[in-house]
Amino acid sequence: MAIEITKENFEEEVIKSDIPVLVDFWAAWCGPCRMIAPTIEELADELDGVVKVGKVDVDAQPELAYQFNVMSIPTLIVFKNGKVANQNVGLISKADIKKMLGIE
Amino acid sequence: MRDVIIIGKGPAGISAALYIKRAGLDVLVIGKDYGALGTADKIDNYYGFERTISGKELVENGIKQAERLGVEILNQEVVSIAKNERFEVKTPENTYEANLVLLATGKKRTGINIPGFERFKGKGISFCAICDGFFFRGKKLALIGSGDYAAAELEELRRFTEDITVFTNQMPITTDKFESGLKIVTDKILSINGQDRVEKITTDKGEYPVDGVFVAIGTASAADFATKIGVLTDNDKIIVDSNYMTNLEGLYAAGDAIGGLSQIAKAVADGALAAVDIIKKAKILKKGK
Repeated sequence: MAIEITKENFEEEVIKSDIPVLVDFWAAWCGPCRMIAPTIEELADELDGVVKVGKVDVDAQPELAYQFNVMSIPTLIVFKNGKVANQNVGLISKADIKKMLGIE
Repeated sequence: MRDVIIIGKGPAGISAALYIKRAGLDVLVIGKDYGALGTADKIDNYYGFERTISGKELVENGIKQAERLGVEILNQEVVSIAKNERFEVKTPENTYEANLVLLATGKKRTGINIPGFERFKGKGISFCAICDGFFFRGKKLALIGSGDYAAAELEELRRFTEDITVFTNQMPITTDKFESGLKIVTDKILSINGQDRVEKITTDKGEYPVDGVFVAIGTASAADFATKIGVLTDNDKIIVDSNYMTNLEGLYAAGDAIGGLSQIAKAVADGALAAVDIIKKAKILKKGK
């Protein structure tokens, strides 16, 4: 199950994570976000222990969205060692998300 | 409520409509322009024409043929598609409902080839007011466009900010839906500038500070609808399965919208093949009622 990322736990869950983190920036009113949500949950289960999967609700966490220049959703960001390693704006397939993570 | 709505009245859309109508289903075709074929002067590589034919003539013949078979064709511009229980297809005049939708709107032609355009996509340049307007609440926005689609996007953006300027980029205004008193700049756009995000638009006559740029040039393409509704694309081409269905149940795509060979023969074949699965699905949905 993907974890909910907030500005309070961002440092602990993302920056200090010792495994890569895939963060999905989404909102309840965003159609494409709803389409990608099941894929994100599947990846959270499949990659358990290898990649941490988190979700940022931009409605509730505008500061995080602003900090990472997220102006279009869904946006996926891969963090490695606390830094942005890869970023994608818009809907993409599961295979392409795995490519973003360097897994295939 | 229709069984099927087809968006686009080019060879893929009309070809599908012929099969769907003849299968006894209720099909509505909605389209405004003739797309790439409208400007094709001579077609000499399509089967069955002893003498050369213009693209426009070929499309018009197809439309007449479909109408003769009883297909209803509306000369309207589709500005949005939504899926709730059914598909809702909106034009400036009306909203139409259907169980299934086929996108046959041709190639995406909505970009402008200027410095900054590619770079700021997703960093202040957006193709979807309903998805991204939220990020620009109370901000200063530019909307590039001049037709019904731009007017529909403008209406969507109004929920987030009052400060919107329309940039026509020298295109003629073809909609009567722009509100009176709207700020309109008709200059030629030269570039979009900024550091990490969009900061201004530079035209041949000056500079305009903006926080975001929404793009709605011409009529909405299949890729524009895809972005809004959550359909997978690859380089603006709709990804479909072997039955021509997208990742969204009930939404199909055919012709130039899905890429491949940009030829009439291929578009016609796409339309026919998509129709086969659409007919099957539509009949199951009808029985289910």
